[in-house]
Amino acid sequence: MNRREFVEIAGAGLLIVVTAPLSDAQRRGGDAGPATLESRLHIAEDGTIAILSGKIEEGQGALTELAMAAAEELRVPLDRVRMVIGDTEGTPNDGTTAGSGTTPRTAPVVRKAAAAARELLLAVAARQLGADAARLEVRDGAVQFAGKRYSYADLARSPELAAAYKDALPAGAALTPARDWQLLGKPQARLDTRDLVTGAHRFPSDIVRPGMLYGRVLRPPSYGATLAGVDLSAAQKMPGVTAVRDGEFVACAARTTFAARKALDAISPTAQWNRVAQPSSDDLFAQLKQHANPNGRPSGQERGSVDKALSDAAHKLKATYQVAFVQHAPMEPRAAVAEWQDGRLTVWTGTSNPGSVRQQLAETLHAPLANVRVIVPHFGGGFGGKHSAEAAVEAARLAKEAGRPVAVHWTRAEEFMWAYFRPAALIEVEAGLDSARSLSAWDFTNYNSGGSALDTPYRVPHARVKFIGSDPPLKQGSYRVLAATANNFAREAFTDELAEAAGKDPLEFRLAHLDNERLRNVLAAAAERFGWAERRKKRRFGTGIGLACGTEKNSVVAACCELQVENGVPRLIEVVQAFECGAIYNPANLRAQVEGAIMMGVGPALREEILFKDGKISNGRFASYRVPRFRDLPKLEVILLDRKDLESAGAGETPIIAIAPAIANAVFDATSQRVRTMPIGSLRS
Amino acid sequence: MAAIKLTVNGKTSSVDTEAERPLLEVLREDLGLTGTKYGCGEGQCGACTVLLDNRATLSCLTPVRAAEGRKIVTIEGLAQNGTLHPVQQAFLEEGAVQCGYCTPGIILQTVALVEAHPKPTDAEIVTGLNGNLCRCADYHRIFAAVRRAADAAGKKS
Repeated sequence: MNRREFVEIAGAGLLIVVTAPLSDAQRRGGDAGPATLESRLHIAEDGTIAILSGKIEEGQGALTELAMAAAEELRVPLDRVRMVIGDTEGTPNDGTTAGSGTTPRTAPVVRKAAAAARELLLAVAARQLGADAARLEVRDGAVQFAGKRYSYADLARSPELAAAYKDALPAGAALTPARDWQLLGKPQARLDTRDLVTGAHRFPSDIVRPGMLYGRVLRPPSYGATLAGVDLSAAQKMPGVTAVRDGEFVACAARTTFAARKALDAISPTAQWNRVAQPSSDDLFAQLKQHANPNGRPSGQERGSVDKALSDAAHKLKATYQVAFVQHAPMEPRAAVAEWQDGRLTVWTGTSNPGSVRQQLAETLHAPLANVRVIVPHFGGGFGGKHSAEAAVEAARLAKEAGRPVAVHWTRAEEFMWAYFRPAALIEVEAGLDSARSLSAWDFTNYNSGGSALDTPYRVPHARVKFIGSDPPLKQGSYRVLAATANNFAREAFTDELAEAAGKDPLEFRLAHLDNERLRNVLAAAAERFGWAERRKKRRFGTGIGLACGTEKNSVVAACCELQVENGVPRLIEVVQAFECGAIYNPANLRAQVEGAIMMGVGPALREEILFKDGKISNGRFASYRVPRFRDLPKLEVILLDRKDLESAGAGETPIIAIAPAIANAVFDATSQRVRTMPIGSLRS
Repeated sequence: MAAIKLTVNGKTSSVDTEAERPLLEVLREDLGLTGTKYGCGEGQCGACTVLLDNRATLSCLTPVRAAEGRKIVTIEGLAQNGTLHPVQQAFLEEGAVQCGYCTPGIILQTVALVEAHPKPTDAEIVTGLNGNLCRCADYHRIFAAVRRAADAAGKKS
């Protein structure tokens, strides 16, 4: 931070505007453009401090965490900070809210801006008081000196401010080390909860604009079908209905959702479709292998001589793992409201990528980017499933045609069929043990789902890990920690097979091959609290225990579980999970994230699987696509290890990766049947 | 179209509407009560739960005419003069909210549950709430919030 980055004294009640360059680390995808200065912190005349961020809130706690980060560095109580987030016109572009990035990338930027403001005001106070800035103390939102308080707002109003700007400021205002935190590191209730329990909060699907219509879009009967013709006249005759066809886009807007549905129902029988043959989930994994593209630059790495080590191995084991397509199915389906005014477009929508949605709106609607604004109210869950712009674009097209604001709310059936999915995975793994029953060779290939957490944390002299892309039969995209779940599932389930082959306890076998001290610590913590060693000795008929661990996004996790198999169906009895992500910012929210991730992860482990045939999703309803419910809740204990000596890592994702393999390993313990699929499929009872 | 009299949160108003429209849509679009949520439209998720004569009811499956003349309570009607309902207070205190989209339905389901079972067992809580989905899967905390609300109600009775 340098002097140039403090701008001007703004008008309209704003006393100070601190602008800050976006850190390079905030830019995903290697965008090497010049770092722009963006307004990050405002101090208003009433002393309110506004923190601006392009991050969005979908229940993960980003808003509260960033407020805490700012308040910590400003030395103000949390209620003095007001967060302004998720608005492409008012907030800096902090990139997509994804990849557990808010904690390691955005929070430090916010803290730097807040620390810089604090240092600036200290410099003002030093000038006013003729004192050495180093001898001044900031406490409770004010500079304290000789028994007097000088509030930030007073200092910001001071004529000394302009001069202080000219002073050389420290090259980088110091961030408060974790051991000195007053606010960060302590459990803090989320700031936005009250409006959620009263129903006052307006989610994207609750936004209402004057004169707004409700829109419904005609969907093809199957994937790949194209529109040969449609007769809109039946809808156009209905009073108050706007019916649009623009190429493949056919939609109706009306005063109520009911009327829009009636209008669409009137025209959909007239639509003629050209269908194309579509694959089925019955032969999904054969397809992924057939369409594998090994020439398309597989990613991965190789150490040592894997083929030789395999042929030299005293014991060899080989297995194939299958992970089905699953869907995020957030409680709030895609929703957007679009409003045009004098050629300017404003869209309210739930997305974790407002910048990209804005870009897509500008391109599709042929509007200059400067005329498009995307506002993201706190929305009803995403889990990586709302990076795209479908509802926003549909609402904008309808609103343009109708000449009025239009809301498009996807139905659950639309969400199941037309949102994207977590990629299915086919994973082949082969490993060798030497004569001392230690891991000597490792060969691991993921087809289609991705390269995160691809490498093994276990010590093995000869290892090859590969991710090979394929041509997936469904539209696939991001999902909470993406491929790390599949890769960790295969690796950890297979590790138990190796432990058995080596004649070792699964915990001992892992610890014997683990150098990662952080991973060892969570594994030991979970196993100890669970009572792993004692419970291994006391076996109960029909029940089983299992454990698994993993690392991704600079955090580590380990889970132990106990389950019971009844009529071939596993039911969780208890889960103990330990998690560590460096210095914890907000233990209360972290605990919620970890607990939620475990329970969300139970779904794809036990039951969730998207089935498709003839270009349609066969089980696109909550009645047949069975996500976790209250009945699935086991006794649940979460252990958080706080490492004040380590950088804070994000935690919305990694806590999901241990539960599925822990369940698979417990099923083996209970039934002697190896689980090599997610979901678990039918067991012989 | 018919004029349908609805009594929502203690206030009676007349709505001109098709009688077969789901109560959910009339609450949200005609009365502006957007706290009641659409989640699936087929009674599988509980996001649209309201109280109809004190019973938890899926408003997505209830035609508006079936609600005429009955006492409807939505999430907006629980707090009185800015004081949260004890169930809302319990959810706030437990922090049993992530994205919060399922929260109104779960809170109303809990109000009905505690009314029917003033001292619910753990199994009664699980059964009572099993129709309500939370995709943030915050079930552990929600359970604690329901327990807290039930215990508070139990002390009073």
